[in-house]
Amino acid sequence: MTVSASGLAQRTSAVDALNPAQRREKFIVALRRHPRLFVGGTLVFALIFVALFAPWLSPYNPTIGDVSDGLEAPSLTHWLGTDDQGRDVLARVMSGARISLSVALISVSIGVSVGVSMGMLAGYAGGMVDLLLMRVIDALLAFPALLLAISITAALGPDIRNAMIAIGVVSIPVYARLTRGQVLSLRERDYVIAARAIGVSPTRIALMHILPNIANALIVQATLTTAFAILQEAVLSFLGLGAQPPTPSWGQDISYNQRYLTNLMWWMSVGPGVAIFLAVFAFNFLGDALRDWLDPQFRRRA
Amino acid sequence: MTRYILRRLVLMVPVAFLVTIIAFSLLRLAPGDPVLVFAGEERDPQSLNQIRRSLGLDQPMPWQYVAWLGRAISGDFGRSIRTRQPVREAIVERLPATLELTGAALLFSVSLATVVGILSAVKRNSALDLLATGFTIAGVSLPNFFLGLLLILFFSLVLRFLPPGGYAAFISDPTENMRRLILPVLTLSAATLAVNMRQIRSSLLDVFGQDYIRTARAKGLSENNVIIRHALKNGLIPVVTLVGLQVGALIEGAVITEQIFSWPGVGKLVVDSINGRDYPVVQAVVLISALSFMLSTLTVDVLYAWLDPRISYATGGARG
Repeated sequence: MTVSASGLAQRTSAVDALNPAQRREKFIVALRRHPRLFVGGTLVFALIFVALFAPWLSPYNPTIGDVSDGLEAPSLTHWLGTDDQGRDVLARVMSGARISLSVALISVSIGVSVGVSMGMLAGYAGGMVDLLLMRVIDALLAFPALLLAISITAALGPDIRNAMIAIGVVSIPVYARLTRGQVLSLRERDYVIAARAIGVSPTRIALMHILPNIANALIVQATLTTAFAILQEAVLSFLGLGAQPPTPSWGQDISYNQRYLTNLMWWMSVGPGVAIFLAVFAFNFLGDALRDWLDPQFRRRA
Repeated sequence: MTRYILRRLVLMVPVAFLVTIIAFSLLRLAPGDPVLVFAGEERDPQSLNQIRRSLGLDQPMPWQYVAWLGRAISGDFGRSIRTRQPVREAIVERLPATLELTGAALLFSVSLATVVGILSAVKRNSALDLLATGFTIAGVSLPNFFLGLLLILFFSLVLRFLPPGGYAAFISDPTENMRRLILPVLTLSAATLAVNMRQIRSSLLDVFGQDYIRTARAKGLSENNVIIRHALKNGLIPVVTLVGLQVGALIEGAVITEQIFSWPGVGKLVVDSINGRDYPVVQAVVLISALSFMLSTLTVDVLYAWLDPRISYATGGARG
């Protein structure tokens, strides 16, 4: 019991000891001190809100349209116009957020879980295991990320599930390296040595003593990787390797609708394009702000 | 120095080996029988078996890998499934267009980033600096295929100023070649331009804060002298790293950019091959770009150590 108590003490920061009112006040102060956190956070929440409630936010069906309403320019009835099948572009853009965010969520989960496990194993086991795992990571890093994602998706077959796997695999190295570095420095700390001395299992040390200490860095990285994942999903589906029609997907919609650019019918491509930009921007911005807030040493380390 | 280079080269061998295994398995990942992919429309058992034998697919997997690796090392990547053209020939044919595009983009992005980076570091918080910072944030978040389409929409379709795509050989028509190069280069260099500007700016700001700059100012050197003779020498070393790291970003960017502007390079070849399930071509391009990416990283690390004697290279490079 004493062990987990000391582990708990390690993790307990000043914030946890405060009562709810104090905590709220501290949160507000933090927001005021970090306005970028507020801007980034608001954008991300708005994006998640749209993704969750897309079907109720628009009166139009994103997949079924009336062809007689096709190719209409933006107006008061269709704010972003309609596409060639008469589908409301705004409705499709909002539904597209669902695909984008779910791909991001799942691929980041794959990257975090596999990457952190590999990093923990490599850093903790050391020796041959470390050498071998890190060479695998080096090999993954040797491929230009997008090219690797494209070829994995192409090999597995073009659909949204495989795009998630590909983007996830591509983001493993970042987490593996980050975790390994932290483990290497943390495992010589007194509290870890003490835990090991009294016979705490390696798994428990990894989960209870090391993971909480790298959580901040992981949160920052995960936010930035989300931006990367949204961008990659857009590229993959632009190349026809992501979600398949009629599922609304930003990249694929741009790819299909670019044929109407020659007639200067720009709204069908610009709508989803701006959506990608805003989504990627929101997560990049939030990630940067979180880094300044949670991980002040990062700039010096990098 | 020689020891450092040798050490890095030796360390590269196992990684390169793993890279070839990954590239090899990519083709085998494909669900279903690869023979069916190669056979196309021919489906009778006899010809399928013949194809299986001719491809060596009746051999055990490790043996197949060794055979494939042996051929790949000698530059034989098999034939394209779609066109029956040798893969090597297909790549070599399209390489000049890609090199022209990526080279021009690299030159543009590094030189403009250097100028703007220096100016915004010197005149910190000026209008130019703020504009550059804003551009940096936008450039990183804007997907390049969308930027490419916006450029086409604006410059080719609305203003009818530049062609929306296509390629003209430099030898037969240099002016047309340049005209068609502008939009793809802008598209390809936007993202790296943003990153470069930020890097150069922050690296120079670091240098400006150091003691020897203060000393140079204190002994009465003119501001121009301080910046050009003292600060830039150290502040621009990261540019070398940037150029090297960009090889990866440029390869990725070229895949998309060439597709949008119908630029007949290796990137377009990859996309066309993916859509046509032409795995040998994809495999070859992926392998070659990974290996060139590794070599460029190594070159950069070596150059960096040579340019900046303060970096100790006894303990190995930055990667690890």
